[in-house]
Formats: sequence, C-alpha cells, structure tokens
Amino acid sequence: MTPDVLVIGAGPAGLAAARAASRVGATVALLDASDYVGGQYWRHLPASRAALDQSVLHHDWSSFLALRDEIEGDPRCDVVTSAHVVAIDGDGVHVLIGASDGRDRERRVYRAAAVVLATGAFDRALPVPGWDLPGVFTAGGAQALAKGERVAVGERVVVAGTGPFLLPVAASLGQAGSRVVGVFEASPASRLLRHWLARPWEFGATPDKVGELARYAWGQLRERVPYHVGQAVTAIHGDDHVTSVTVSTLDSSWRPLARGSRTIEVDAVCLGHGFTPRLELAIAAGSRLSAQRFVEVDADQRTSATPYFAAGEITGIGGVDLALAEGAIAGHVAARGRADDLELRHARHARHALVRFATRIDAAHAIGSNWSTWLTPATIVCRCEDVTFGDLLRVSRQSRATGLRSLKLLSRAGLGPCQGRVCGRSVEALLEVRAPGGHLTGGSTMDRRPISTPVRLGELATWTTPEVRKP
Amino acid sequence: MKVLIIGAGIIGAACARTMSRRGIDVTILERGSAVGATSSAGEGNLLLSDKAPGPELALATYSLDLWRRLPAALADEIGNFTSIEFEAKGGLVVATSAEESAGLAQLAEAQRGAGVEARLLSVDETLELEPDVTPSMIAAVHYPQDAQVQPTIATEALLASARAAGARVLVDTLVTGSRRDASGRVVGLTTNRGDFDADHVVVAAGPWSGEVATRLGGTLDVGPRKGWLLVTTPMAHRIAHKVYDANYVGAVQSDGGERQFATVLESTAAGTVLIGSSRENVGFDADADVAAWGAIAARAVRLMPALRDAAIMRAYCGFRPFSRDHLPVIGADRDVAGLWYAAGHEGAGIGLAPGTAELLTALLLGAPTDIPAEPFSSLRPSLARAA
Ligand SMILES: Cc1cc2nc3c(=O)[nH]c(=O)nc-3n(C[C@H](O)[C@H](O)[C@H](O)COP(=O)(O)OP(=O)(O)OC[C@H]3O[C@@H](n4cnc5c(N)ncnc54)[C@H](O)[C@@H]3O)c2cc1C
Repeated sequence: MTPDVLVIGAGPAGLAAARAASRVGATVALLDASDYVGGQYWRHLPASRAALDQSVLHHDWSSFLALRDEIEGDPRCDVVTSAHVVAIDGDGVHVLIGASDGRDRERRVYRAAAVVLATGAFDRALPVPGWDLPGVFTAGGAQALAKGERVAVGERVVVAGTGPFLLPVAASLGQAGSRVVGVFEASPASRLLRHWLARPWEFGATPDKVGELARYAWGQLRERVPYHVGQAVTAIHGDDHVTSVTVSTLDSSWRPLARGSRTIEVDAVCLGHGFTPRLELAIAAGSRLSAQRFVEVDADQRTSATPYFAAGEITGIGGVDLALAEGAIAGHVAARGRADDLELRHARHARHALVRFATRIDAAHAIGSNWSTWLTPATIVCRCEDVTFGDLLRVSRQSRATGLRSLKLLSRAGLGPCQGRVCGRSVEALLEVRAPGGHLTGGSTMDRRPISTPVRLGELATWTTPEVRKP
Repeated sequence: MKVLIIGAGIIGAACARTMSRRGIDVTILERGSAVGATSSAGEGNLLLSDKAPGPELALATYSLDLWRRLPAALADEIGNFTSIEFEAKGGLVVATSAEESAGLAQLAEAQRGAGVEARLLSVDETLELEPDVTPSMIAAVHYPQDAQVQPTIATEALLASARAAGARVLVDTLVTGSRRDASGRVVGLTTNRGDFDADHVVVAAGPWSGEVATRLGGTLDVGPRKGWLLVTTPMAHRIAHKVYDANYVGAVQSDGGERQFATVLESTAAGTVLIGSSRENVGFDADADVAAWGAIAARAVRLMPALRDAAIMRAYCGFRPFSRDHLPVIGADRDVAGLWYAAGHEGAGIGLAPGTAELLTALLLGAPTDIPAEPFSSLRPSLARAA
C-alpha cells in the first residue's frame, strides 16, 4: 500500500487533509477506526437508520455532506473504515481492517510518501466521588449516544465540567429528549469574562465561531436550561444508579466553598473537562511534543519527524473550524501542492485567527489546581483497576517514588485495558503534587503506547518477517 | 565508610539496602527516577532453570535463597509496603523437537548434579500441570524452585528499606565524572547537582555501566541488549507455572550477534499474561518493531495455542546490561582504586540482585564472601579483550 498521502483519522481535520491532498493530484488513503467518516464531531446514524433530518442534530451538516461526498466520490481517494492502526515503526504504518474486537482481520502495511496524523482527542472527565455509578457519562459519550444512537442518557440530567463543549452537549441531550436541569461550568465568571471578552476585535476574524456560540447560547435560553458558572458537581449519589448530585460553588482554584452547596435530584450526569489528545501514533512516529503535550508542528503542519504531518486536536484543542484549516494545510503541503495556492492561503489565514481564539478559550477554561479537594480517599480514580485516590496517596507516601512507572506499578493505576487513556492525565496530576520535590521525574508519561489498539496474539503471530535483521 | 552508588535500578537498590544495613553511609545518585530503566522494563523471573552449572548458577542459587527470605525481612524493615508478589510457582521448560528434547534432558541432568531440582516429565505429566501447552510437545522439565517477583515493586521496596536504614536516594542527579586524589584514587563524583565525596564509588548503572565507567576513567565492557515483551489484557485464564520453550536456554547463552527469540509465558498477579521476549544488540533504540512482536507472538502461539485469541494491549522494551561472557562484573575496577562495579547481569539482574549485593558488600568491607567472588572479578580471563 503506497499512496502519496496517508491520512489517519477521518474527522474534520483528516477529511480536510484528504480533500486538499487529492485536489492537488495526490493519491490518498484515508483511514478511520469507526464504521463511518465524520469523527467525533460529525457523528451520525448510519444511512439505513437515519430517521430524522440530520441537520437538526448538526448545524453544519451541509458542509460535512459536501466534504464527505467529494471524498467518497473521488477516485484518487481510498476511504478505509474499520481500519485500526496498530503501530507505526520503521517499516511503515501497520493496520488491521475489521471489527475492533475481531479476529483474523485483514492486515495492511502502508508505506506512504507522507502521512497526516489527524487522530483527534477524546473527552476527559475528572474523577468525582460516585462517578463510577451507572448513569454517569462523559459529556462526549452522552453526546455520541444522543447524536449517533438517538438515545437519551436520562430524564433529568445535569451537565458539569468546563469548556464551551458543555453547551452543544446540553443541546444534543435536549434534542434526544432529556430534560437538562442545569449546566455547571467550573470556571469562575471573572476568568470567563477576562478571556472571552478581552480583545473583542479578534472575534471579527472568526464569524463562524461567534455564530456557533450565539446559536448555542440562544438555544440554551430558549430551552431555559440554567447555565451556572463557578460551580461544579462535587459528589454523585446513589446506590446502584445515580439519584442525585451535590453541586458546590468553587473558588477560582476549584476548591469547593463551605457555603452554597446543594443537592439536585437527577438520573444522569454528564462530565466534561476538556479533551485529551490521542498522541500514541505521533509518539510512535517520533514527533516531538510541546510542553503542553500536543504535537509540535511548523507553519506547514509538519511534525519534527519526516514525513509525518499533524492536524486537528492533536496539535491543540481548537474546534472544528481550526481542524478544517489545519487539515487543509497539512494535506496540501503533504501532497506537495504549490506554495502560492489560493485555498492554502485562505486556510493559513483562518488558522491564524482561530488559533488565537482557541488559546483564549483554553485560558478561560483551564482546569483549576485544587479540583482534587473534592475527592475522598474512597473515590475511584482508575476505573479499569479499581484504584482509589486513597491508594495513590498511600503508595506515594510509602514509597516516596517520583517515577511514574513505579507509581503505576505500585498502585496499578493506568495498567488496565484502557492503558491510562481515561485516567492517565488525572492520575499523573494527582501524583505530581504529592511526589517528594513536587514533581515527577524521568519524563515518562502515559501517552506512550507502542501498540495503539489491542491486537490478538494470533493476528500478531502472522506478522513475522525474517527473524534475523540484515545489517 | 561513605559509599556513592550510581543508579537506582534493582542492583543499586539491593546494594544500598545491604550496605546501609551494615552501617555504611550510602547515597544513590540516579539521573532520572528510581526504577525508571531496565528494572521496570522486564519480567521478574528468578530462575535456576536457564542456567548451566557454573558461577552464574551458584550466584542464582545463593540469590534465590535470599529472595525467599526477603518478604519477611522487608515486612520487618518497612512494614506493610505493597506486596513484592514473590511467588515460587515453578518453571516448566518445554521441548518441541527431538533435538531440543535431548539438549534439555542433558542440561537437567547436569543441573541436578549441581543441586537443582529438575524433573523430567512425560507429555501426559506436563499436560496435567499445564493443560494448555501444545500437545505436539515432546518432553518437558519441571523446575519447582523457579520463582518470580514484581521487579518494580521489589526495587522500590529495597529502596524503602535502604532509606529506613539511613540511605539517601537522589533522583534527577546525573553523574558526569569522578574526583581523584593525588594517587589517582576515586574520592568522589561530579554531577549536574554538584560534587559528592566518597570512600568508594559503585557503578550500578545497568546497560549504561560501560559508558559510566569510561566517564569515570575505569574499564568495563557492559552495554545494551534489547528485549521486547508483550502484555495481554487481564484474563480469567491463569497459567499456573512459568512456561518457556527449550530454546530459551540457548538464546540466553548466545552471543547476541543476531536477533534471538525465546518464549517465556507467565500470568501476573493482576491477571495479565507476560509474553517474552527478543534479544538483540542494537544499541539504545526503543522504536516500535512490529516484526519483533510478530516473531514473539508466533512462538508463543506455537507453545500455547490457547493464547491465540488473547488481546495484546501493550508492548514494551528494555535493555539488558550485556557483558560479553554473560556474567556480571561484581568487584573492583582493574586499575582505579575506590571504583567498584555491580553490573552486567543481562537477563537475570532481578534474580541475581540480592546475591550481588551481599558479595559486593563483603568485598568492600574486606570480609569473607559466602560464595566465591573470583568468577565475577573484572580481571577474569574471559573478559580479556579479543583483538
Ligand atoms: C525484556 C527483558 C526481560 C527481562 N526479564 C528478566 C527476568 O525475568 N528476570 C531477571 O532476573 N532479569 C530480567 N531482565 C534483566 C533485568 O531487568 C536487568 O538485569 C536488571 O534490571 C538490571 O538492573 P540494573 O540495576 O543493573 O539496571 P537498571 O535498572 O537499568 O538501573 C540502572 C540505573 O542507572 C541509571 N544511570 C545510568 N547512567 C547514569 C548516570 N551517569 N548517572 C546517574 N544514574 C545513571 C539509570 O538511569 C538507571 O536507573 C530482563 C530484561 C529485559 C530487558
């Protein structure tokens, strides 16, 4: 398999990259692990089950359809769904095609002249006492159920966390039939105002963004969903299912204040605290990461590892429009398109404005340093291995270890089937502040996963090549 | 007496514990985090089965005896620390060809002569002990003494014990050179965090020991020998013993010029199955290597076909500290006074750690050793450089 450009991930960034690469004449392979293109953002029902007009659920559905139709009808572009990238090594990109838990799936090795990584991000939820009860969802998970399966997660629902993403999630839940009794944004009003309203002229450059947000704000008002800032769900209650939540008012570091906490009866909770980029393939490719732990790219979306490019959420959380712009740049340059191309210039211009906007959103919704004050020793932090906050405190105190590998093995946090994808960042943060010296040493993180998706031993057993490597 | 130990892997940790408990003032200097390198990148097999009679088997037997007593000793020293998961589950070495089977029987015979329990099993007896071993096997040997620990936790426990006895463990501290007196004796080390004084310096820097020795003006030929391991998701199915294919012994003893594979299968306390491993001398290259994983998987499925559907969720590699004659160096540098080594344990450093610590501590103190130390000397003939 030797396309000119291999694009991994068919969300907005990957779709835009594939289109741009093909438009300048390159052959393209576009891989995605799910059954349909569109990614997290344009998640939808399969055509056979689409009952409603999708545009009700997706306000920019028409741009998705245009993008998808162009790519799927493009003879130069091979769209491969159910394609699981297992690993990247010096030999190429190793892919299994078939069901995610299948056996004897088809194996392919792609050796492309250029590769665009557009693997996106998954949504993050900070641990909260009781978050392991049935009825608790990540905001993204709940939205996926609403958009993709048209399933409402509950009748009375609260959405809590931080970031502009909470609003579209609440809107999707409403459309799926839930009653959203409150959206709780942890960031305090002062910080939101400072970053959202600073330099208002920058909004002028991003009309789509403003329109999008205005639409959500209006939708919230119309549905009369109470939107609260500086508040968080700090405990979730119930025996075998969620029955209520405690909502607390927070100080600016997210420490609950003594006053102002109340209980709300609900049957579902959606938590969303930003996103974690899916970095393992970029790391396997040898791409350098920034201090904020995103893939570092240059003005052409090139990573430090030739011939790998990166676009979308793995380079920074910036939303759909930024992902589209970055994808367009990456695809165009990866396919060796002309530097003076008009579309390329448009994309660069859009990226410039959108990056500044994203930086401000990031600052407005930064995770408070004292969120862990709402944990109790019994709060589960790693759900795969049932590791509690108390376990982390104990191993850290007993061992005085500063290395993540030791702390993981001592506590078993991050060692289960999700390999730290769900809990990794939170576990690292909890351990970091408790390590002697106040930081972890040795530079290892949970992001490095040479095997990026589980593969059966029997499948791997057919991947042999000569046992003696030539010099 | 003041001793500086370079490296907080299992060898440095074991030395620190033993020395500090004999009243020596110990400081470990570690450039990264404790147990951040080889000692957390392998398995925790404590094996007699893979060793032919000779000094390594003597050290392994001695060490195994110390390991057996460690859980109770550590409980006294550091209380209710996380379990080091010591388990004497026994090993099963399985031959799948006539040639392997003959070699295995011969080895077992010799090992019995050296006091190792090694029982030759028929196919039926083998399948009774471990029903999922391939029925196309020819013979097997059961080694009831083979044991395992969780090596990362064990190393942290040894460090905690050393700390409780007064040792210091300084992380983020890179050793950059030695300080000498007028006679050329090492009297301290320079690091990125300033200078340290010492009466003796011990290099326990794993596969970097050769490099570190050079930096300090000493002579030691120890470098990396890479190995990959695969880990399954937690499984209900347990493998009761450690199961190896018989060519494991050959691979362990090989010269490492070319890539070697030998299967080791074991269930861990957490329910995952560890599947090892490869051996190749390619420097410190940790990049993914699908062909190596494939070869490991192919052999594992051959040895235990029932594992075919197991899901592999993780692969990791480490660098065994490789010494050209497959024996660690435990003792003084051949020229430089005050400079000592505990390095080059290759694929057996976890198993050999407690014995290594005892030997080196006795040598430092000028005390008699429990087993002969000469075979591990830096002056032994098998280390003399071939032209
Ligand atoms: C795949 C694999 C499987 C294995 N399986 C087994 C097994 O089943 N049983 C067994 O007994 N053994 C096994 N081993 C071997 C065992 O892991 C090693 O022999 C042992 O861990 C070596 O320990 P060490 O302390 O010498 O080295 P390390 O653990 O590497 O420690 C050396 C330390 O020195 C530090 N250092 C280096 N340079 C400097 C410097 N200049 N300044 C300061 N610090 C420095 C390093 O950062 C490191 O922390 C396996 C190894 C591998 C790779």
